[in-house]
Amino acid sequence: MKHTLFAGMMAAALALPAHATDYMIMAPASPGGGWDQTARTMQEVLQADGISSSVQVQNVPGAGGTVGLAQFASQNAGKADQLIVGGFVMVGAILTNASPVSLADVTPIARLTGEYEAIVVPASSDIKDINGLVEKLKADPGAVSWAGGSAGGTDHIAVGLIAKAAGVDPTKINYIAYSGGGEALAAILGSQVTAGISGLGEFKAQADAGALRILAVTSDERIAGVDAPTLKESGLDVVLQNWRMVAAAPGITDEQKAAISADVEKMVNSDAWKTALETKGWANTYLAGDAFKAQLDADIASTSTVLKDIGLVK
Amino acid sequence: MEALSFLMQGLSVAMDPMLLLYALIGVTLGTAVGVLPGIGPALTVALLLPVTYGHDPAGSLIMFAGIYYGGMYGGSTTSILLNTPGESASIITALEGNKMARAGRGGPALATAAIGSFIAGLIATLALAFLAPYVVKVALAFGPRDYFALMCLSFITVSSAFGDSARKGLISLFIGLSLALVGIDQLTGQARLAFGVPQLLDGIEVTTLAVAMFALGEAFFVAGNRATGDDQVIAIKGSVWMTAQDWARSWKAWLRGTVIGFPIGALPAGGAEIGTFLSYAAEKRLSKHPEEFGNGAIEGVAGPEAANNASAAGTLVPLLTLGLPTSATAAIMLAGFQQFGLQPGPLLFVTNPQLVWGLIASLLIANCMLLVLNLPLIGLWVRLLTIPKPWLYAGIMVFATLGTIGANPSPVELAMLLIFGLMGYLMRVHGYPIAPVVVGLILGPMAEQQLRRALSIAQGDVLTLVGSPLSATLLAFSVLALVVPMVLRMRGKGQMLSQLAAEED
Repeated sequence: MKHTLFAGMMAAALALPAHATDYMIMAPASPGGGWDQTARTMQEVLQADGISSSVQVQNVPGAGGTVGLAQFASQNAGKADQLIVGGFVMVGAILTNASPVSLADVTPIARLTGEYEAIVVPASSDIKDINGLVEKLKADPGAVSWAGGSAGGTDHIAVGLIAKAAGVDPTKINYIAYSGGGEALAAILGSQVTAGISGLGEFKAQADAGALRILAVTSDERIAGVDAPTLKESGLDVVLQNWRMVAAAPGITDEQKAAISADVEKMVNSDAWKTALETKGWANTYLAGDAFKAQLDADIASTSTVLKDIGLVK
Repeated sequence: MEALSFLMQGLSVAMDPMLLLYALIGVTLGTAVGVLPGIGPALTVALLLPVTYGHDPAGSLIMFAGIYYGGMYGGSTTSILLNTPGESASIITALEGNKMARAGRGGPALATAAIGSFIAGLIATLALAFLAPYVVKVALAFGPRDYFALMCLSFITVSSAFGDSARKGLISLFIGLSLALVGIDQLTGQARLAFGVPQLLDGIEVTTLAVAMFALGEAFFVAGNRATGDDQVIAIKGSVWMTAQDWARSWKAWLRGTVIGFPIGALPAGGAEIGTFLSYAAEKRLSKHPEEFGNGAIEGVAGPEAANNASAAGTLVPLLTLGLPTSATAAIMLAGFQQFGLQPGPLLFVTNPQLVWGLIASLLIANCMLLVLNLPLIGLWVRLLTIPKPWLYAGIMVFATLGTIGANPSPVELAMLLIFGLMGYLMRVHGYPIAPVVVGLILGPMAEQQLRRALSIAQGDVLTLVGSPLSATLLAFSVLALVVPMVLRMRGKGQMLSQLAAEED
């Protein structure tokens, strides 16, 4: 009895990946993170709206998505049913890990969502506004400790850009990396560090409850419902968006690319996608085609510069 | 007493037959995935998230919580019977539990794990209900230096608790610490000891190492010993149930495990494993039968199992009060909350009290269900040991390999499994303890990161490490734990130690 049960479970486990699919989306991260949630939301909407009859999600975690990206690029050349989710963090990770595979080795389709960064201090802090923080940073860069997500990620890059814009040597910044915005949040709430920086969503609830003070956001214009100025209007020329995108396999034909782009556009315009974004608090920053290509190239160039400035990339 | 009335209200919500059904599905699924190595509760909840979309949020979240508790419990079954820990939190359970199972005491080992998990889950869930707002304040006061001090204490207590020879134990620990250096350095983003292999960039997976060392190493060892007469595995000796003596030795360990596990689970950067290590070390020190440790001491199963379930409830403290997920499963549960448009955090208790208290109440119910589900199965589980040895070990190898591929489908992972399996075999042959390697791999990166964070925040001032009352106290305890036994031994008063331990009991 036990043996049959065991054999059955094994058979089920082995049979799962062999199932035929219209789309196989790779989330190059562990279950639960932003990329995984993006992939699973796509799965849900693509199926619910009948754009694709069967969509599967596969997790290949590791090294800021570069492990998954390398596997994706090498195994799927020319396969039009394969998609991968990625984002801004991947751009930095490719550079810091000196990854042999880059975004040039896949076919980027579109930017889907984005989130702006917020700079916060605990409510008990004597820093009242972003200028106060910049003053401290100018006086002694090492004395301002910043808690944020992983080293070389969006949060770290944002701090580097802020330092640069303020005329402070970016190599002097005292950035304390945590495994994610959540863990950093605990350090900020406990006043272990001077300031914190991460996606606005990580801080919003605590700010609404009065435990954190948002000093500034990294958006182009003020964000509705957030009582904080942009960095730009505070005199720091920094605009940064932590975006997520979807890409297809390398070596696909133009017709295949057009078909995938059409499916993605249909998904983005569906009500189900809009509702999903709303409940998750993600902003729709859909951008496709040449405009996305230009934005991607610009982001790669500026990220590469700032990572060199911080000293993470030689 | 406001909390009490909320809890009663929550219980009445959770008693809804549909919600009870969700809880039952959750704990059953959770137990199943806990038993399978590689498929953890995190992945299960992630797979179920899209399925639950559009369903009742309360029911779905209750199911997720059931999976979480069930997974914590299920992991112990394979640890005890097959020496194959399904989750990193049940690694310690394998140490004494598997020894007990081989001596025909698998029944009592499973029973003490089940009842210990139940009691710890019960107390910890009540603590979650009543103490969450206070516990979280203490947890937030923990800065990097305090974590580092806590790690120091863990290192010292743990390295003295494992194995008979301090030298061999320390060598094993340092092998683990070296392995812990592999991968991207979290504070600078630079790769260390990865040798250009992308799969090594994230470091060595704890479950891969644990499964390889415990299960594969063991299988190789048994295969290697076949010619020279093998050690007999006795399926059942005496009663399948716990004896009066087992009860007497277990109950204090359950309570101590709960007290150790809950606050550590509630720490925003702790892991459920640390509680199990500390509980094991505490039980070994306080036991009246220290000679049984390493040969199947029931306290060594009871304490850590209670600690890991208490930790599971503990991780819900920062999740519900701060919106801070401290484990992979908690992270997915957070995603689950967000899917239903709920933002866990300081306002959740105010904006959605019905849901929160419903969740807490259903955790209590899930906990009772787990006990009812698992106790009758013990008799069935221990029969697994009557399978002829070649079959059993072949099954374990298939199981271990399948689990590893399931968690991380890559040939590199399989190669690591094999290499660490051979390493485990060699260490066994030469009498080196296995557990400190795994402990080193888990604690090493935490200690390193927290030390460097602390120093970075203080701009290199070493005195910061004793700068907070918490860290100073914890470090003082560490020094005492290190020095006192040495001094006593030097004065030739080794026996005083065991006497002291007996009096403390």
